[in-house]
Amino acid sequence: MTTIAASRPAFSLDLWWIPRSIALGLVAFIIFGPLTNLFLWAVTERWYFPHALPLEYGFSYWGRVFSPRGTAMESLTNSILVAFLTVALAMALAVPAGYALARLRLPLRALIMLTFLIPQAFPNLPVYVNIARLFYQFGLNGTVAGVVLVHVTHGLVYAVWIATAAFASIDRELEEAARSIGASPLRTFRDVTLPLAAPGLLASAIFVFLESLDEFTGSYFVGAPDVNTMPLLLYTASAGGNYQIASITAVLLLLPSVGFMLVIERFLKSDVLSKVGH
Amino acid sequence: MSAEGFLRVEDVVVGYGQLDILKNLSLSIRKGEFVALLGSSGCGKTTLLRTIAGFNKPKSGSILVNGRDVTQQPPDKRGMALVFQSYALWPHMTVAQNIGYGLKLRGMGRAEIASRVEELQILLGLAGLGQRKPAALSGGQRQRVALGRALAIDPEILLLDEPLSNLDARIRLKVRHDISALQKRLGITAIHVTHDREEAMVMADRIVIMDAGNIAQQGTPEEVFNRPASPFVAAFMGAENVVALNGRAGGGKVRIEPSAINAEADLPLNGRTLVDGAYEARFRAEGAQLLADDGTTRPAGDALDLIGRVEAASYPGGTWRHSVRVGDDVLLVDAPHAFGQGEAVRVRIPAENLFIFNSQGRMPGRPQQGSLNEGGAARVLEASHA
Repeated sequence: MTTIAASRPAFSLDLWWIPRSIALGLVAFIIFGPLTNLFLWAVTERWYFPHALPLEYGFSYWGRVFSPRGTAMESLTNSILVAFLTVALAMALAVPAGYALARLRLPLRALIMLTFLIPQAFPNLPVYVNIARLFYQFGLNGTVAGVVLVHVTHGLVYAVWIATAAFASIDRELEEAARSIGASPLRTFRDVTLPLAAPGLLASAIFVFLESLDEFTGSYFVGAPDVNTMPLLLYTASAGGNYQIASITAVLLLLPSVGFMLVIERFLKSDVLSKVGH
Repeated sequence: MSAEGFLRVEDVVVGYGQLDILKNLSLSIRKGEFVALLGSSGCGKTTLLRTIAGFNKPKSGSILVNGRDVTQQPPDKRGMALVFQSYALWPHMTVAQNIGYGLKLRGMGRAEIASRVEELQILLGLAGLGQRKPAALSGGQRQRVALGRALAIDPEILLLDEPLSNLDARIRLKVRHDISALQKRLGITAIHVTHDREEAMVMADRIVIMDAGNIAQQGTPEEVFNRPASPFVAAFMGAENVVALNGRAGGGKVRIEPSAINAEADLPLNGRTLVDGAYEARFRAEGAQLLADDGTTRPAGDALDLIGRVEAASYPGGTWRHSVRVGDDVLLVDAPHAFGQGEAVRVRIPAENLFIFNSQGRMPGRPQQGSLNEGGAARVLEASHA
């Protein structure tokens, strides 16, 4: 082996690196170009047209965003409150539903799972307009409860699908083993099923959290102008041409997303993923 | 049913939808008895075990433990423990937690659990492994943890669902012995499901052979081995050689008529119920002798001679195994020394090693066993794979 390797020329002119590096560069630009722009705007004081880079850097806009009088703090608190409530409610529904679905016969399960998907098949806008009209009658418009409900309907499909997959990947005999030596069904669920499903359920909760944090259309129709969330702030800021405020908001939205994605990537194992949607 | 039946299964029917897996099955097991449920896959043995454990609900019939009807009770209220074929150890708990879980459920104190778990670990040769997770154990160790978890709760009845089938052959022999020794020592009533004939023979006090949701025969290992009640049981217990004979029964004897493949013989009936007509005779390769054909018309003593020709010989160890063509059939016969290919031979089967049954074709009274008749070759294959 060594003699063969040694007899080869030390340098071989491989021209393939040119198209390869161009392709890689393009991909990198498509992914990181807008992000770089976003981060630049977040730390810009002054930047106008002919200049490729900002003229002046600084954090004065961050001060404005986080000032007690600014709307950003209120939006941030609203967003996080809504997201946590959404996760709590969605998981309270998704855990029992997911468990029941996971233990159901397959054809029936597939049908019910598909039903959960149907709301996603309709265009968002008309659905939310109608929800807003309905919520108005119940006095839910402009309340945190109303926004949470909209976010739950939106996030539930992910929550149920992932929870179902998490439960389905648990071998039934593990539960039967507990039952056979004297555990009640509830005790079995607490001591065996839930701990084993926990990584999948955590991933499911994070998905719902991120969906809630990013959700715009429903929040706009049901929440605005009384309940302002981060995406709504982002919208008003960028519509008003205030790119600094919009970019800072976007960065704030981006951070939990990236963080949680890393957590999901670590916890969501392939045996759970393979069962999503089945 | 006898009053001494500690666990009684009475007229149980279990099925999914229209399909019945167990058909009016009854079984009575004494306290402290080790019973093996033996059968090929799909015969309903695991279904019966899961029904006893409470994971399958019977459509009709009942299950009684010590006179108490447990048919409607959930698995956790039955005082039994099931050891699964897959072991089903909880991956998020350590060995000690797995074994101690049943005790924790019973509200036992922490220190008490720890000492009991320690005791079991020593008993099962798992000392020092208490803090490991199941994933860090070998197959044999996992099997013993599963056994320890079941034994920890002092079950009245221990149910074993092919717990040895995932172990490699050498460990299996040892664990086989360990389990039956432990069962005798602790005096537990045990039901062991297996498809391995030898395993059942070695471990059990009584063997229950199942076929298509019914009990084909039950008895001590010696009984089912030496006095199979049906061609199915004979084949399952290793009597894979089949020949068709004709004869007449009477006066405590059965007279086998001579034909192209066999000499005339008078064999004692030994309590068998045979009628005149066509017979199906079965025997094991090791139950027959191979002799050079000397042209005699009657064998000496109570034995049947078949006339054939050696087709091939091989040496699996111990004795030579010959395939002998007798008429249209090929039989396997063992002999201490090899016969040459093409040699004319006699296969001499002593009466006690020959299992004779009336051919089902002539027995209109037993239609449900018609499936047993579909060619000896398929039967031989199934038995040798089981």
